[in-house]
Amino acid sequence: MSMGNGLPEVNGHRTTAFLTDSTLCIGCKACEVACKEWNGIDADGLEWSGHSYDNTGAVGASTWRHVKFVEHEPIAGLGGNAADLNSWAFSSDVCKHCEVAGCLEACPTGAIVRTEFGGVYVQPDVCNGCAYCVVACPFGVVQKNKDDGRAFKCTFCYDRQKDGLKPACAKACPTESIQFGEIESLRLDAQERLRELHSRGMTDAQLYDPKETSVGGIHAFFIVRGDPKQYNLPPKPEVPTVYLRDGWKASAIGSGLLVAGALLAFLSSPGKGRSGRR
Amino acid sequence: MSADPLISHQPRTPDAASEARLLEIRREAERQGKVKDHGIHPQGAPFPVASPETGYYGIHLLKEPQWTPDIPLYFFTGGAAGSAAVIGAMADWIGNDPELARSARWIAFGGVLVSSALLVHDLGKPERFMNMLRVFKIQSPMSVGAWTLAAFGGSATASLFAKAAERRFGSRFPVNVIGNMGQFFSALLGLPLHNYTGVLIGATAIPVWNKNIQTLPIHFGASGVQAGVSLLELMGHSNSRALNLLGIGSALWESWEGAHLETRGGEELRPLKRGLSGWTTRAGGLLSGPGALVLRLLASATNGTKSQNLRRAAATCGVLGSLLTRFGWVGAGSASARDWRLPLEIPESHATEDNAGENKQAASDSVHVRAS
Repeated sequence: MSMGNGLPEVNGHRTTAFLTDSTLCIGCKACEVACKEWNGIDADGLEWSGHSYDNTGAVGASTWRHVKFVEHEPIAGLGGNAADLNSWAFSSDVCKHCEVAGCLEACPTGAIVRTEFGGVYVQPDVCNGCAYCVVACPFGVVQKNKDDGRAFKCTFCYDRQKDGLKPACAKACPTESIQFGEIESLRLDAQERLRELHSRGMTDAQLYDPKETSVGGIHAFFIVRGDPKQYNLPPKPEVPTVYLRDGWKASAIGSGLLVAGALLAFLSSPGKGRSGRR
Repeated sequence: MSADPLISHQPRTPDAASEARLLEIRREAERQGKVKDHGIHPQGAPFPVASPETGYYGIHLLKEPQWTPDIPLYFFTGGAAGSAAVIGAMADWIGNDPELARSARWIAFGGVLVSSALLVHDLGKPERFMNMLRVFKIQSPMSVGAWTLAAFGGSATASLFAKAAERRFGSRFPVNVIGNMGQFFSALLGLPLHNYTGVLIGATAIPVWNKNIQTLPIHFGASGVQAGVSLLELMGHSNSRALNLLGIGSALWESWEGAHLETRGGEELRPLKRGLSGWTTRAGGLLSGPGALVLRLLASATNGTKSQNLRRAAATCGVLGSLLTRFGWVGAGSASARDWRLPLEIPESHATEDNAGENKQAASDSVHVRAS
């Protein structure tokens, strides 16, 4: 089911992606609202987190788009929009739709599939709520809805894409901070945007697209300023299937030990057949 | 996300001193149009910030495991059932101990019944479990485990009833063949069943689990053997020397595993050493490791009733230890997911006192800047 790898079309469909540009985000949360409206997701409740203007803290079962408010300590004496002042950044977070997706690999029911657009989609009628995908996601995206019992995350607006429409969040974004399109051309757009930002003095702008790890690249990449860690973007996300080889090897060794141990124990025990129940 | 808040809400009630100072500042501003001097230091300051040293306000990236206690309980029952099937088949074919084999078949059968009930209960709706069996995915330990459990259940049930019929009505074709085939396959499938749960939790994004993937399956397997042996002894087989030897072997392994975990450092292993999860895994390790080992060695050095009592005490230790081990490791997974530093690779030294001091300084500066 591996896609991408420079293949723009699969079965006649474009492989699509999000480019979320935090330098254009104004933190209006229209993407969150549009996502909730279109997908009919539960309200999150209005919690004042105290962490800037962030209400929910992270993406989750009922938060498929989540605007992060990366508010730094104010620098005394500085203000305005000076290029070297990176004091308040916004970035709309979303499921990364990994090229090699931990949730998809872990799902025992086949509920999580790769769509013809290259996205990772949880089929709600197949998901049985085992919650194994929750611990398999290196980005902490997919979550089990406690009331419903099944796992939910961004669908990449699979229904809208099937009808040739943009995902709701990209449609609603007033500044085109969320761009949607064919993956490779978006990657080129991202590089061009980075060049522009660098030429304007924002030399700390960078693209977050971990291609070099076992995740093998993502279908929702981000332009951020400064260290991606402050946006809760992990430096080395790994798809958990990389641990399988060691795990099954240990399982085989353990099974061998049990067989050998049981053979030794029963062969070395005299007075066979005398352990009657008392 | 009101049901599962990622953010810890500290009460930030206004305190009298701050309120008084704010009032002063307001009056000063009214009178003179500007404010000199310091502002206030709000309760709870310095507040978390987003930075390369503090991540995103210290909000954890990874999601905690969302399993109910059914799952660690299932790790216990599945481990015991799988081990019992292997031990029972060996007792029947090599140990010439049909009574032990019979008890083992009951543990395997009962273990599968309880395991299935626990898994179904965790899913909430019984019909959802069937979705596990619509595909087989070798790359998903959950899928491999569901199929192993289902196939094991079939063979364990077949062997239990066929062997029971054999005992009652004599060995006749095809009942004897079904009984032996069932016993063979339940032993064969019991091998992965007794330790695959170590692979299941090891092949995840949770740091404390995947950092231990190389030993977790053997550790969980030894814990399962400890549980299987102990249950058989508590069912009345506390005079089987072979069982005691297996108990000594698995207790030795658990002791080694405990020492291995304790002597290694690293922030990833902290949930196994601190907090509720740490003390649960430690208690489990002590009971099924050194605790059971000493009692079993004493039992093999003594005779008669004293030896039997020691064996039963060791078996109790084994069951309790195995249970605590499972709950401890699942709890450690939750604690590990909550450790926001690990996936961001931020060492702890960064965010300790020096940094908090800097933040405090910066916070009071900023208040000062705003006020003046």
